[in-house]
Amino acid sequence: MKPKAQPKPAAKLKPSQPAKPAAAVPDGKDQAAPVKRPPAPRASGLTAVEMGARQREISVSEFFTKNRHLLGFDNPRKALLTCVKEAVDNALDACEEAGILPEVVVKVSVVPTGGTTPPLSQATRFKVTVVDYGPGIVREQIPRIFAKLLYGSKFHRLRMSRGQQGIGISAAGMYGQLTTGKPVQIISRTSEKTQAHYFEVQVNTKTNEPRILEKKQIDWENHRGTQVTIELEGRYQKGRASVDEYIELTAIANPHVKLHYHAPDGDVKVYSRIYDELPAPPREIKPHPYGIEFGIMLKMLHDTKSHWLSGFLAGDFSRVSPRVAEEICAKAELSLKMRPRDIVGHDAEKLYKAIQATKIMAPPTNCISPIGEKAILAGLYKQIKGDFYTAVTRSPAVYRGNPFIIEAGIAFGKGPQQAAPEVQKKPLAEGERHGDHEDELARVIRYANRVPLLYQQAACATYQAAVETAWRNYGVSQSKGAPPAGPMVVFIHMASVWVPFTSESKEAIADYDEIRKEIKLALQECGRRLGVFLKRKERAKSEFHRRNIFELYISEVADACKRLKGGKLAAEKLKTQLCKIAMSRTGGQKTDEILGHQGGPEGLPDSIIVTAEGVEGDVPVLAEEPAAPAPTSPEAPSPQTARPAVEPPQAAAPQLELPLPAPRRPSGSTRAAGKKGRPPAKKARPSMKAAKRRR
Amino acid sequence: MATMRPKTTGSVEKRLIGLADLVVQAAERGKDPTIDIPVRALSNVKFNESRGIIEMGGNRQARSFFNVGMAKKFMQTMLVADALSELQRAGLTTSLREIYYRAKHTIQDSHENTFDGQNESDPLIEDLEVTLAALREELHVRAENAGTVIGPLVVVDDGDRVDCAKLGKGGYSVPSIVEPEYLRIKSCTADFILLIEKGTQWNRLAEDKFWRKYNCILLTGNGQPPRGVRRLARRLHEEMRLPVYVLVDNDPWGYYIYSVVKQGSINLAFESQRMAIPKAKFMGLSSTDPEKYGLPRNVGIKLNEKDIDRAKEILNYQWFQKKEWQKEIRHMLSVGLKYELDALANKDFQFLTNKYLPRKLKDRDWLD
Repeated sequence: MKPKAQPKPAAKLKPSQPAKPAAAVPDGKDQAAPVKRPPAPRASGLTAVEMGARQREISVSEFFTKNRHLLGFDNPRKALLTCVKEAVDNALDACEEAGILPEVVVKVSVVPTGGTTPPLSQATRFKVTVVDYGPGIVREQIPRIFAKLLYGSKFHRLRMSRGQQGIGISAAGMYGQLTTGKPVQIISRTSEKTQAHYFEVQVNTKTNEPRILEKKQIDWENHRGTQVTIELEGRYQKGRASVDEYIELTAIANPHVKLHYHAPDGDVKVYSRIYDELPAPPREIKPHPYGIEFGIMLKMLHDTKSHWLSGFLAGDFSRVSPRVAEEICAKAELSLKMRPRDIVGHDAEKLYKAIQATKIMAPPTNCISPIGEKAILAGLYKQIKGDFYTAVTRSPAVYRGNPFIIEAGIAFGKGPQQAAPEVQKKPLAEGERHGDHEDELARVIRYANRVPLLYQQAACATYQAAVETAWRNYGVSQSKGAPPAGPMVVFIHMASVWVPFTSESKEAIADYDEIRKEIKLALQECGRRLGVFLKRKERAKSEFHRRNIFELYISEVADACKRLKGGKLAAEKLKTQLCKIAMSRTGGQKTDEILGHQGGPEGLPDSIIVTAEGVEGDVPVLAEEPAAPAPTSPEAPSPQTARPAVEPPQAAAPQLELPLPAPRRPSGSTRAAGKKGRPPAKKARPSMKAAKRRR
Repeated sequence: MATMRPKTTGSVEKRLIGLADLVVQAAERGKDPTIDIPVRALSNVKFNESRGIIEMGGNRQARSFFNVGMAKKFMQTMLVADALSELQRAGLTTSLREIYYRAKHTIQDSHENTFDGQNESDPLIEDLEVTLAALREELHVRAENAGTVIGPLVVVDDGDRVDCAKLGKGGYSVPSIVEPEYLRIKSCTADFILLIEKGTQWNRLAEDKFWRKYNCILLTGNGQPPRGVRRLARRLHEEMRLPVYVLVDNDPWGYYIYSVVKQGSINLAFESQRMAIPKAKFMGLSSTDPEKYGLPRNVGIKLNEKDIDRAKEILNYQWFQKKEWQKEIRHMLSVGLKYELDALANKDFQFLTNKYLPRKLKDRDWLD
């Protein structure tokens, strides 16, 4: 029995009890009704028996069919995004867990309705296909993973992953089924030696059980991996909170992922891999006693395999040593050797209070795998044009007993190419001024466990922290109650075993004080570095400006002198002489250096500075191209890709020769082997540690 | 632009060209080109008690090119010098505003204008006046004709004979340059000069033919008298030995106008010796006049903070240290009111002509 940190209803949905799915959310509502409501005094009143006849269980699928907005399917545009998001999250989770560098193909296309293909802006029916080259799924599990709500591997453990609940992909399938009547199509293959399985499944919403419409073995060009196809009603529109933005943001926070995106308008975008290391695999942990709620503790007491209370405390919680267990028992005035099952009522309350009153170490943090400063830098640098990048990974912290890590980053500036879009020059008349720069606000990009959050920005703790941070201290303008102004992207990531979302559709992070404080600290560190950069740039700029104005005025002065002398003056010579003086008086070469490439981000850890001349800092070299040199695999990475195969799925061939792990097995050995197999394999672990180094 | 007698390369033009030489020489030596400009401020003026005029001190401020704060001003100074030398060569005179337009252009390869407003070029012309020790007239820059004269005076202006007694009640508009080369005083039979701050009172006196009855010259500068008016008064004072009386409002600004006529201005102290009339007398309005002439309190205006501050400043000027003057200013401050000349009309429209001035002249009631 695995420990649980979440409310009880979940337990009823364990895979071992497929036949009796309980209504997870409305649990209790129905039972309560007859007790509370007296027999109706009205004329049309019903008897308790009659009412009882109408009362029945609600399946979770039924519940979410009616409440699909809870899962992010409230409007067609959002539904399309949610569908892509759930499928991609699942694919990435699976690959990472199996120790495979993820490569994912996302294809969104318009489905003709009524025999004609409507223009993209009018299209209402889409087909979303997501292919990964991950571990694949064993045949027996396919139907349940894709057509049963609240089924999965992620809920019952305390470990960081994108998915948390086991609702996502099946809900997307259910939404598709609801709006188009089409089943979810799955192809999955676990190794080259086995056949690929093809399934068409639907959710039986009454029972929350999968209904298999078609299953067969097929030939599949991919050696390994999973392909999901969902047809659904949706709407495609670019811009904010679009599928395109989701893909772009995913690429930023997941630089170890290679993404192919086939947009419905025919565009194919490839987000190449810029970071050649998998994030360190997070470990599962036991719940921390501080985070536990009373009811959950009762349930754990009941379910434990330990015979003694001391064993239960030390064995089922993290950071409780036998000595701490003794301390707790002493405080609770309970015997160490009590049977956990016998602790009920008053004793349980005493125990709970004793736990909260005992000093216990913070939970372990190897259950969280932050993106890492280097990887964030790489991601920002690759996807966002700017002059300055920095990233901060905070030390782990705890809210409600759940460990979490906050990471933040900033990309500032417009990039050297776009820095000075020369506006058409025209002389200014008296009283006219140069147009001030448009006051654009910074864009805040938010992530939870590497998944971009696109909706409900204002309700999110990350955004609030960004607004509350005093950016003016760092030389960035900011009006009250607004994010900082300027050409700037603020990156905020929360990694945790359990991210407290404000709703099931996972759009905003709930505002816990501990979380917000950590975010602000991370942003402040980023801000300080940005301030240093801006100040340094300002200093060099003012030197440069000085020389610049001298140069500007030199020809005016020289020409005036020439006219004064009645034309009898070598004005050019005078200009040269004056320029020379200007140079010697304003720092000469040094200014060039400060402004230019030599400046380097010294004193600015984990930062990159980009100028017209070049880039300083630890720039992520696009390791990818040399990393996969020869297309060893004859196939193109994805069947859909029409374009010439740029490269095979990451090192597919060498890896395929190795025994592949079952999808959910701990993957350490495979990873090591896989790494060895890749040609220019970098030393993955040490540098990953380096990326995690704390200050 | 008015044409002037063509000249050979005059000394003023030479001095302007000297600025170019200064830049060239500095550049050749690898030095920062620097112009030393006498400071035009209270800190750099001295009151010469024996001469009774304000003189400029020896403080100079360096304006160098390779200094971020001054680079633009230096460049502008050179442009103004260039424009001025152009005037010299062409033998033309012009206004401050035309010089501003002449020197204004957008600097090559930039959005920047050489001048953004006339307020940037005007002080530079004054800078050059003091630096090159050249009068504005010598630089061929003229102000607007802002003054009027009427009375028994005959002048020759550009060869035209002007009898200021025969110009109705409009009078003769005093040109901005009244140097002997341009304006010759042919004859003057007046006994004194009355310099009036405001056009209204000048008009009243002209209409009432006050000048005929008392045989005087009426001058006005419409506020702070322009150079032309001051210079004309000075010439009449000097050449015709006429005493000068000043009639201004009773407020700190009136006092200062009087002091500019008498001792010269702080800003252009170097011109005092040609402009100032140390023997000029302050006819009124004095702060004691309302009592003497029975002006009711309700035609006074309460001194505002600015007035009070200015009055206190003036109290500290060296040339206001005479006992009577300290008394006069302190009296105004203690009453807390200022009076305009116009307030005299409260008694009678012709009060000024028929009562006030005759009594003042009869009682020799003025301040020195």
